Amino acid sequence: MAASTDSLPRFAARKNALAVIYEWLGTADHKKIGLMYIVYALVFLVVMGVEAVLMRIQLAHANSSFLSPEVFNRLFTLHGTTGVFFVGMPILFGFGNYLVPLMIGARDMAYPRLNAFSFWMTAFGGLLLYASFFAGNSVAQAGIAPDVGWFAYAPLTATAFSPGHSTDYWNLALLVAGVGSISGGVNFIATILGLRCPGMTLSRMPLLVWMNLVMGGLVLVTISPLTAAQLMLLADRYLGAHFFDPQAGGSVVMWMHFFWIFGHPEVYVLIIPCFAFISEIVPVFSRKAIFGYPAMVAATTSIGFVSLGVWAHHLFTIGMPSYGNAFFVLTTMVVAVPTGIKIFNWLATMWGGRIRFATPMLFAVGFLFQFLIGGLTGIMLATAPFDWQLANSYFVVAHFHYVIVGGILFSIFAAFYYWFPKMTGRLLNETLGKWNFWILLVGFHLTFDTMYVPGLLGMPRRIYTYEAGRGWESWNLITSIGVIFQGVAVLIFVYNMVWSYLRGPLAGNDPWDAWTLEWATTSPPPEYNFAQTPAVRSRRPLWDIKHPEDPDSKYE
Amino acid sequence: MAWPALPLLVLLAATRAAALASPTNIFAPASTPAHSIYRLSIFELEVLGAIFVVVSSLLAYAAIRFRDGRQEGQAEPPQIYGSNQMELAWTVLPVLIVVVLFLSSAQVIHRVQDAPEPPGSIEVTAVAHRFWWEYRYPQLGLVVANELHVPVSDPSRPTPTYIHLLSADVDHSFWVPRLAGKTDLIPNHPNDMWIDPHQSGLYLGQCAQYCGTEHAKMLLRVYVQSRDEFDRWAQGQQQPAVTSSSVAVGSALFISKACFACHTIGGTIAAGKAGPDLTHLMSRDTIGSGSVPNTPDNLQKWVRNPAVFKTGTLMPAQDLTDQELQQIVAYLVTLR
Repeated sequence: MAASTDSLPRFAARKNALAVIYEWLGTADHKKIGLMYIVYALVFLVVMGVEAVLMRIQLAHANSSFLSPEVFNRLFTLHGTTGVFFVGMPILFGFGNYLVPLMIGARDMAYPRLNAFSFWMTAFGGLLLYASFFAGNSVAQAGIAPDVGWFAYAPLTATAFSPGHSTDYWNLALLVAGVGSISGGVNFIATILGLRCPGMTLSRMPLLVWMNLVMGGLVLVTISPLTAAQLMLLADRYLGAHFFDPQAGGSVVMWMHFFWIFGHPEVYVLIIPCFAFISEIVPVFSRKAIFGYPAMVAATTSIGFVSLGVWAHHLFTIGMPSYGNAFFVLTTMVVAVPTGIKIFNWLATMWGGRIRFATPMLFAVGFLFQFLIGGLTGIMLATAPFDWQLANSYFVVAHFHYVIVGGILFSIFAAFYYWFPKMTGRLLNETLGKWNFWILLVGFHLTFDTMYVPGLLGMPRRIYTYEAGRGWESWNLITSIGVIFQGVAVLIFVYNMVWSYLRGPLAGNDPWDAWTLEWATTSPPPEYNFAQTPAVRSRRPLWDIKHPEDPDSKYE
Repeated sequence: MAWPALPLLVLLAATRAAALASPTNIFAPASTPAHSIYRLSIFELEVLGAIFVVVSSLLAYAAIRFRDGRQEGQAEPPQIYGSNQMELAWTVLPVLIVVVLFLSSAQVIHRVQDAPEPPGSIEVTAVAHRFWWEYRYPQLGLVVANELHVPVSDPSRPTPTYIHLLSADVDHSFWVPRLAGKTDLIPNHPNDMWIDPHQSGLYLGQCAQYCGTEHAKMLLRVYVQSRDEFDRWAQGQQQPAVTSSSVAVGSALFISKACFACHTIGGTIAAGKAGPDLTHLMSRDTIGSGSVPNTPDNLQKWVRNPAVFKTGTLMPAQDLTDQELQQIVAYLVTLR
């Protein structure tokens, strides 16, 4: 225990502030970079939360005039763009950065400086997006922040419809962040394929590492089409090109295809690392090995591949031929099969276990239920005819928030409660954790269960107001009320992090009695991670050490 | 652990309660395409509902049954690493379900999208503008704005309406939930859809693809009328506007104040195409693409400054004296 307290930051000899700043700005340590990703993403999580609150106040009543249409349109554009690019991706890259080298027994990522470059590009992208608030206003009434929506359909982004520079801020911010993401993806792949410790064959990697490998591969093939399309848009806006200009032979539909061949696999870039968290947390708190490890790996990789062939289910309403529509119905529904395999394997892992409902496990079980519903409503949207009604309605908004908040955010909370002790050396407070969970759960269901209904009643998304008498008012009011609970839950979480960082009980190396390598080193780990390069003989090296009479290596 | 069932209950209660309350409920179809979608969606909801009940019950059972009984120092439970039979079972079963759902959707896709156009159907060209709708009836030589009129289609003698969808500027989407699913209007990418409403009445909807500032106030109104009523309406719309001498000043102002640059009034030199056709303005129930009721009072407010009803409308505020305003509105209200 003494060793771990010594390495706690606040006991370190006091450095002057400049040295600390220099240390963080100049670092190439995967753990520091991971933490910077996470903190950066948490700041933007609060920003996008504030944007959501403003929008929900506006939509709580019919014919509300709390926000002007211009402001509302900027808010949903920023909320979506921020959520995907500056909250979701960075926070998951952050956890991946922190955990992958530790879990494979490596000293650092394969390219530490490229890693720092990735982070700073992403960070710069986010700042650039929000700089539009101060600098985007070059033409009267052209808007100070982008207002073209996060999928920025052509030709709304053309100079004729988006004069001024606000759209350029959107375009350049994502271009820059995209370069960061792509280099991050390269780094994950190189690290996982090249730096595993002795004995860790591909089939002994923890599932988290497998899933981050698939995520890294997906990043490479999905972000690049977006980057390409954004360069074309830049050429349209500044060099007189006509890629997306329908009046000069360009194609508006081409942007849609470019965007969604990025946009849909992007969903899996976000959810696969969350599958990774769940695949580590469920076994440890059920006290059982993951059920069907090879099936989980196969399901993950097949989700990765199939997800590249489903994008046009976002385009069922653009008038594709019937055979095109049918094809994308099939490919999209096929994703349900490997996803189902995962859910059943998690369920089978819990089955027959001794489940400890510590906070990480509560969030993980919440994830399982909500992801199930998110997946089933996804099948409804995959059915082209049903989608002709549901597309671009509030049903879609409810569906993807079910996945993003009910799935991704819940699993990120699970990950925080699980790995915070490793990152800081202190446990998060369990009582506050339970309050955090239950209040978030109530708020989540108030907001997003009720949000499905106005969609079924014909309410389109991205409208700044609606008239009374459509049967939408009460649902929207409840949706807005739920946001209050979610806000309180996030405040509890922030308080818990700060309080526990200063006062929480010391964690020790292995507070959860877990089985993967990151728990073999101190909390927080020293800069070099492991004093001696570990060697493993099974998927659960710490299980082997704790149960020498019955090691996993006997069965694998 | 009752909460997993909550979403399902809410959904059920909601659809039931709202079926009567909302004029834009997708579960209250009144036309064949919407009906086909409705039947498919109910079938699918049953299948998915069953899956939800089974899987969430298993999850809830596992979470409760295998909770740690708090006996400290108990040994770890038996470690089970997997089972190929089970993996096979929960691979094959979902594959079968996917096949069934795919075939049933493919059938509806074909039935709706590839339906041949019967003789005697009405043809309409809908042109979406930021932020209003233009409807052309090539068979009738008509151009109207914002309020689409179509005849009832008797299933025994169907007279469906085929809508050819165009856009004058950015992407839009035509969505009247009780009549059909939505189809986008995309510049330089013409689309088609069809409806065959079985009952007369007013059907509401709105633009479903974000198109800019006033996307929210680009509302759709479809008036389904008996064949006689529809023919009478079409006849009325075909007449040129009649300018009575009592509003001659207003009609002159319409030209001299440049209103004519954007608006057409049949039978006059006003032939602008950027804004709605005003030849029979007063035959419409609403202005601003469904934003407000079409009353002389609202009309006056609108002409003075349209932004009071619709901030982002492309129609600029008019620099008119009170007297000029009244004269123009006096003219407009004669356009029946």
